[in-house]
Amino acid sequence: MAEKIQLEVVTPKGAVVSESVDIVTAPGYAGEFGVLANHAPMLSTIKTGVLIYKKDNQEQPFMMSGGFCEVSNNKITFLVEAADRGTEIDVDRALRAKERAEKRLALAQQQREKINVARAEAALQRSLARLKAAKSEK
Amino acid sequence: MASLKDVQNQIGGVKKTSQITKAMNMVAAAKLRGAQQKMEDFRPYTAKFNEAMGNLSANMDAGQFPLMEAREVKAVELIVVTSDRGLCGSFNANINKMTEKLIAQYEREGKKVSLVCVGKKGARYFRKTGKVRQQYSDIMGTFQMFNARAIAQDVAANFLSGDADEVHIVYGKFFSVAVQRPNQEPLLPVRPIAGPEGEASGGAGGDYIYEPSPGEIMEVLLPLYLNVMVYHAMLEVGASEHAARMTAMDNATNACKDMIDSLTLIYNKARQAGITSELMDIVGGAEALKG
Repeated sequence: MAEKIQLEVVTPKGAVVSESVDIVTAPGYAGEFGVLANHAPMLSTIKTGVLIYKKDNQEQPFMMSGGFCEVSNNKITFLVEAADRGTEIDVDRALRAKERAEKRLALAQQQREKINVARAEAALQRSLARLKAAKSEK
Repeated sequence: MASLKDVQNQIGGVKKTSQITKAMNMVAAAKLRGAQQKMEDFRPYTAKFNEAMGNLSANMDAGQFPLMEAREVKAVELIVVTSDRGLCGSFNANINKMTEKLIAQYEREGKKVSLVCVGKKGARYFRKTGKVRQQYSDIMGTFQMFNARAIAQDVAANFLSGDADEVHIVYGKFFSVAVQRPNQEPLLPVRPIAGPEGEASGGAGGDYIYEPSPGEIMEVLLPLYLNVMVYHAMLEVGASEHAARMTAMDNATNACKDMIDSLTLIYNKARQAGITSELMDIVGGAEALKG
């Protein structure tokens, strides 16, 4: 595994990761995909989920919310709205967010209250991704 | 001539004002640093985003996407981004003036104009015109992405429904701490962005693997692009506002200093005149006693 690929994760709050890594696994549009060094140029949308990259045989999980990624010239760039490193995720907060989102979704189903289902759904996805990223850290 | 006491009171008042303006200047300077940092943090995102958009739209047919469709322009919508608070010199006035000019220009061309005001100052200024379709206040301080998204979605929906055939965004662009100028940028329909290396990137774009299809990616990217543009304008206005306030408050503090100087001069003159007349009295009295 001599060859490495440059990983860049950029959010509106600035660059989060800029490292050369062995492999990147990301939640793509059609499911998870892995990218190794010298991958062909590619452009894909990214779903909310967990990104894992491997460097020096250590796996680093990341929570990501939607965006897209571009692979070119042995460089993979993720442009996402938010990205949290697994170690930095507040599990309690994510759990609370998950419960809140689930409650809202349940309410929306029962009473047809004026609840933004898409937003609650997105919040649920985000919290699930956070929890997953935090778990795979351990 | 004002009495000694009056002048003294005036000096005291001006001094207090200068203390306030000085404090506001320092607060603005501190906030400017934060706002500028946010703007700089956002820059790599926009740069990469435009790069990817350029690659993608280079080999894309614009007519395919409703958000890129150029129609005959009958109605124009302007997003006016101003600050929520005043006391920042002519910053908001300049943006409003520019907007007014644009409105006049479009109306002369027989186009209908509607406004979306972001920030209180613009909303208040244009309230009486009856053109304000939507307004967002009290969101400038926090710079949340979801605020920008709400605006972008609203504007896009309005564009798609045909109520506006063209959308422009007017905001205060941050050139430097000393210079902020109102700026107008077209937002919708989205124009294809030329790739950074022109031909070269367009050529490379053809070899890309797209997942899902380029069209579907574009459909995700276009609304995101609007988000980015609106958010960018909000950040620019945020930084410009603080920079403008800093300059305005600095000027105000200097003006206070000048006023205090001239008032002190008046005060001293009055004091001297008082002493002189008192002396005259004493001398006059002594002369009379001598008899």
